[in-house]
Amino acid sequence: MSDDAISDYYSDEEMEYNYSDPEQDGDDADLENEEEEDYAQFTPAVLGKRPLPWEVEYESLEPDKLREIVNKDVEHVAGIFGVEPEIARALLRHYKWNKERLIEQYMDGPERVLAAAGLPAQSGLPSFSNSRSLAATKKPATKSKSFSCPICASTQPGESAMALPCGHTFCSECWEMYITSKIKDEGECDVRCMEEGCAIRIPTAWMKKLLDSHTYARYQELLLAAYVADNRNFEFCPFPSCDLTVMTPNFSPTPSALSTTVPTVHCGHGHTFCFGCGEQQDHRPLICAVVKMWLRKCADDSETANWIKSNTKECPKCVSTIEKNGGCNHMTCKKCKHEFCWVCMGPWTEHGTAWYNCNRYDEKAGVDARDAQSRSRASLERYLHYYNRYANHEQSARLDRELYAKTEKKMEEMQIASELTWIEVQFAKRAVDELVRCRTTLKWTYAMAFYLEKNNETIMFEDNQRDLERAVEELSELLESPIEPMTITELRSKMTNLTVYVQKRNEIMLNDTAQKYQDGAWIWNVSVPDF
Amino acid sequence: MSLPKRILKETERLRNDPAPGITAVPHEDNVRYFDVTVEGPDGSPFAGGNFHLELFLPEEYPMAPPKVRFLTKIYHPNIDKLGRICLDILKDKWSPALQIRTVLLSVQALLSSPNPDDPLATDVAKHYKEDLPGAQAISKEWTEKFAAK
Repeated sequence: MSDDAISDYYSDEEMEYNYSDPEQDGDDADLENEEEEDYAQFTPAVLGKRPLPWEVEYESLEPDKLREIVNKDVEHVAGIFGVEPEIARALLRHYKWNKERLIEQYMDGPERVLAAAGLPAQSGLPSFSNSRSLAATKKPATKSKSFSCPICASTQPGESAMALPCGHTFCSECWEMYITSKIKDEGECDVRCMEEGCAIRIPTAWMKKLLDSHTYARYQELLLAAYVADNRNFEFCPFPSCDLTVMTPNFSPTPSALSTTVPTVHCGHGHTFCFGCGEQQDHRPLICAVVKMWLRKCADDSETANWIKSNTKECPKCVSTIEKNGGCNHMTCKKCKHEFCWVCMGPWTEHGTAWYNCNRYDEKAGVDARDAQSRSRASLERYLHYYNRYANHEQSARLDRELYAKTEKKMEEMQIASELTWIEVQFAKRAVDELVRCRTTLKWTYAMAFYLEKNNETIMFEDNQRDLERAVEELSELLESPIEPMTITELRSKMTNLTVYVQKRNEIMLNDTAQKYQDGAWIWNVSVPDF
Repeated sequence: MSLPKRILKETERLRNDPAPGITAVPHEDNVRYFDVTVEGPDGSPFAGGNFHLELFLPEEYPMAPPKVRFLTKIYHPNIDKLGRICLDILKDKWSPALQIRTVLLSVQALLSSPNPDDPLATDVAKHYKEDLPGAQAISKEWTEKFAAK
């Protein structure tokens, strides 16, 4: 393409921008007008950081800061109850860090609450952390020179005998092996007494004394992980080896909240992820449940997906992926302890009287599976239409980045050659950043369109999508134009204008979809499960 | 690899002081693998039967539970076609304080008191729930057919 052709092309386009808005206003009357006013308030002048109405408030926390927050909760409760922090922590953990419920029930009957949490009654405080001496007083038999540990069956000197306040005595080596296997193999930080059916918790003091430093560090990690897992307002950054946590003080990712909001957050190390589903990208405007459906569909061809599909199911409560590798159909989710039936996925409690539902479900599932097969063949073509566009934007975003990497050097050279300042040659970087953002949005609009029922809302949705896409492709093309010192001022103003326009179109897209989630205006062509 | 003392002791006690109606003999070439027989408890449809099981002590034993499976065909709501057993102490309720002996006694107890509310073999469980005498008759018939001494 010659320079002339480019400038012709762009001057045409720029004219179109000038009248494209009024044209829309004329066509779509009031609704569009309202929207124009709406987003006019929050459209930042530059590619800004101002929070937009559809975004959630969040804070990124360093591990120390997180520990501080946990300790504050612990100390608060310890102060109210007048117990050691250790006890308060175990109680909070037992109550899934629901402070209000714990305080209420503890005030009603501390003995009951303590027993349920596997803690000894709190009369004299120091006994719990110093239970070795307690064991000696409780079990005079072990005071003798040697004792036989019932676990390893070896005869040991009396000093190695250890017991919790429950009095069950085993040797320190067995305790260590047991606790280590619980922590390392099972990832469990709530370790109870080794005796069958005994629920007394093993205190942190024991962990410190018995475990090697590596396992103890893992124990500490598990404690923090348990806090984050129990708290809806906290989530670890899912990026590999990132140790930050994100907190959303005013947003809980409940199924109903996630059916209308896409809580995209960024950790302090610049990783973007979804607070609802942990997807490591901004998947606006599509909600988590549909994103999951789409991604699974896209991966359907791969062997991994086939394996996961045939060998795992999701916990009906916390959607952890579960592989059943033996045993009966009575499942207990490792993460949330939800009990359910592997066959019908219904809660186990209902099986006391109506367990034979499982058989009926089997027949129906067989019919459903056959139906789904024929349907999927018929809809393959439709799917490919949307998938190709989805994949294309994903790839283009990558290419745009690569292209920019090449031009960046040239920009720097130009900065030296011309009178432009560093700030002034940043326009291309801003353009690329915005471009990648918009392509991500576009990508997900195609996944969304695949699942939307055809109606007036989707026609408007596709109009917005088309406008955004056209603007994005123009900006992308402009990035490819050669940068010459002679034309840079002109190019710069064009690109800056276009960047702002693209950004605005993206906001229209996101705002419009967010608004219609709130209004419940989106109708899916499949049944969308709660996330 | 030397065998932990605990396993030696348990094996010894199983040989010298067996629990009534239960035998467990380790293989010569693999002392962690046991041939087990359990007699059907009196008063149950399994009475008079002699059931063969296999029991394996994994490397992690006693921190991890033994693996136990029925080799004799049995009509029981908590035992499936492959002989797998639905018993909480063999899964998440395992405690290292339990032993081969206690596990096998629990298995025997399971024969006396089937729990169709926690079924592994759903068809058998359904039968047990809807027609207890009929289901027990089949259990008895299977015992005579497959578990005769």
